Amino acid sequence: MTTVLETRGLTKSFFGVAAVKDVSIKVSRGEILGLIGQNGAGKSTLMNLIGGVVQPDSGEMVYQGQRYAPRSPADANAARIAFIHQELNLFTNLTIAENIFIEGFPTRGRGPFQFVDRATVRHRTREVLDAVGLDLSPDMQVDRLSPGERQLVEIAKALYLDASLIILDEPTTSLTTRETEKLFEIMRRLRDQGKALIYISHILADVLNIADTIAIMRDGELVAYEPAANFDVNRMISLMVGRSIEQLYPPRTSRPGRDVLLELRGISAKGIVENINLKLRQGEVLGVFGLMGSGRTELARMVFGLDPFESGEIVINGTPLKRTTARRSINSRMAFVTENRREEGLLMNINIADNIALVSLPQFARALMLIDQRELVDSASSAANALQLKSGNIVVQPAKSLSGGNQQKVVVAKWLLSQPTIFIMDEPTRGIDVGAKYEIYSIIDQLAASGSGVLFISSELEELMGMCDRIVVMSRGEIYGEFTREQFNEKDILQAAFREGEGVLA
Amino acid sequence: MNGRRSIGQLLLNNSTIVLFVAVFVVFGLSSPKFFEPDSVMNTIIKQASFTGIIAVGMTFVLLTAGIDLSVGSNMYLSSVIAGLLMRQAGLDVLPALIVALIVGTIYGAFNAFCIVRLKIIPFMVTLGTLVVGRGIGTALTESKQIDFPPIMTQFGLTNVLGIPMPIIAFVIVVIIAYVILTRTPIGRQVYAVGNDIEAAKKAGINTDRVITMVYMFSGFCAALAGFILIAQIGRLDRSFGEGREFDAIAAAVLGGTSLFGGVGGVAGTVIGALLIQMVQAGLVFNSVNLYLQPMVRAVIIFIAVFFDSLREANLAKLKRRFIRPIEIEGQVQ
Repeated sequence: MTTVLETRGLTKSFFGVAAVKDVSIKVSRGEILGLIGQNGAGKSTLMNLIGGVVQPDSGEMVYQGQRYAPRSPADANAARIAFIHQELNLFTNLTIAENIFIEGFPTRGRGPFQFVDRATVRHRTREVLDAVGLDLSPDMQVDRLSPGERQLVEIAKALYLDASLIILDEPTTSLTTRETEKLFEIMRRLRDQGKALIYISHILADVLNIADTIAIMRDGELVAYEPAANFDVNRMISLMVGRSIEQLYPPRTSRPGRDVLLELRGISAKGIVENINLKLRQGEVLGVFGLMGSGRTELARMVFGLDPFESGEIVINGTPLKRTTARRSINSRMAFVTENRREEGLLMNINIADNIALVSLPQFARALMLIDQRELVDSASSAANALQLKSGNIVVQPAKSLSGGNQQKVVVAKWLLSQPTIFIMDEPTRGIDVGAKYEIYSIIDQLAASGSGVLFISSELEELMGMCDRIVVMSRGEIYGEFTREQFNEKDILQAAFREGEGVLA
Repeated sequence: MNGRRSIGQLLLNNSTIVLFVAVFVVFGLSSPKFFEPDSVMNTIIKQASFTGIIAVGMTFVLLTAGIDLSVGSNMYLSSVIAGLLMRQAGLDVLPALIVALIVGTIYGAFNAFCIVRLKIIPFMVTLGTLVVGRGIGTALTESKQIDFPPIMTQFGLTNVLGIPMPIIAFVIVVIIAYVILTRTPIGRQVYAVGNDIEAAKKAGINTDRVITMVYMFSGFCAALAGFILIAQIGRLDRSFGEGREFDAIAAAVLGGTSLFGGVGGVAGTVIGALLIQMVQAGLVFNSVNLYLQPMVRAVIIFIAVFFDSLREANLAKLKRRFIRPIEIEGQVQ
């Protein structure tokens, strides 16, 4: 077997934190390499290094016998490395054929009169579609295709570009079982034709089933790299999980009460979530664990009234609602810290005080709807102080000038000002440093101690186990397990999330 | 899932055609003169040509999810320069036309420069050049009217087999634009850029080149329309072209081109331009109160744009990310 791509001691740090540490792997012609690891283990960074999105601090890559140092995604394209992402890069307003040829249409005519040679485009497209077993017209518009068909079109495109290495990142997330099987069949065929493939997935059984070799990453390091036959799912999980939890969490100072603040009864939305039931009690920190694409964020958005659901009801403080809006949620004293603060949580160019006061603006309105600016600034600064926000003058400094951790505190301060009793936090500690994380955890504990309920959504299991009274696990839009604090066990919870073994159904 | 569309959706997707037929019939019945071939040719198609030509250029810009508010000022400035050269340097009509087209294209190139290199959003760039362009024009003319020499109006009256020159120009522009958009690589890349500019960059498309092209083409079309319109009236005052951007954008949107980019085309824009002019002419034929006319036009355009937003909402629903396989009639799809 000839090696197609080899990485030698690749290392990449972001802000002093190593995302990829000394990783040496190789993938050969006719091989499928499975790559697994928890969120944040460094898989994406490794792929970004191969794809030229970021450049390594040290180490090198060899591609088809030559030194390979891509400076941009275009370099990776030119080297015939194809990436198939979970988020597809197809143009939905164009036809299948146009998507395949968009980088360079074959043309007829000369000089300024060059027209797309549509006969050739159609003909070649049909060839590659046949190769992936898609019986569709090349002229069909992509927005009429199912997710599975789109995935195959991406692969057809890789084939047209004659890629030697095809990297698939979570390609099955939106596929049905049958589509997944078809994808695997095609992957095997490509392997037998001498392509090299890297397959990244959270579905361990799939990786075990299709990969020839498996590489496991944890905290940026390669912790195992062996033939697939040496693994079983349990061994994969223990390798991914690794060390024990350190003392990163403040002690919980209260116990949940009896009153139910928020109850979801059979919330369903076709294709997104199915029959979600849960109760959030007073003073409780309820964790929602799930992998990316498990539906946890979608559920949070429905509960807060940002997206509609089709059936079921939400009961807030005893009032059942068939539909809700963000305004109504805020009025019932609910708060929602969204998973991405840059785009949804903050007005980045606006000063800190106005950001903090945003939700509670009506409180500061006086006669003629004029804002009492002095009281606004006073309240904003006391909220900022309570959270030990590190900033300059909050009336002048824009939110974007703060560090990630302090930005998150501004988001939390904004909601604290409206005195919520139900707090939904979606990945509140993503991308912030350890110290700031600790402070966010302390805030969560204080909220619970003061009688609020916190719905803590995260893909970092450790922090949920450190902070929550109870954890529910979501997988493919369903609740697939529920664990009380005494039952917390990393392996069991991960197994539920990965749907390995039987979930402890609530 | 394919091919299963309700009648409501079908009407929604073709709302402009429905509106077009409805307006034509209603105005025609209430004023039979409206149906006469001469009025169809001269008061609808010919008058629609000017807006239509600009709207074709605008369509390119909208397809990339941009906007060009400066077309009205571009018409004015390019015609002012051509007019001054005709009057003071004795330039003939065709050279003057070429000068106008060059000025208009450079105007568009300047818009593109600000958008692509200075990274200013298209709305602000073209709002700025709308003011600046007209400013330069009024400075050059000292805001006086320019009377063109008679050769200009003779040119304007040219016709081929009885078809007035503006209509012919319109048809040629439409055909060229149609071929570019549907049959050339750059045309298809325009759609790709409008659909998802990041993905287009990743696919190796030179997005800067595509964006520059569309603004230059929009400028070219605006200048052409301006010159031809002046050839009809023979003079140019300082309000020439004002507000034309509104009609051009409306025509494109009426024709199904989305303001969000990536969706639409030239054929629809032709329908849109004709519809706007038909409403205009119909109101005159039916002697609707002069002061009410702008309002009625605005209402019709508003309705069409409203349909566009309904269409978009529909699309957004279809684009929602699905986590779970959807069960249809007990069968996993």
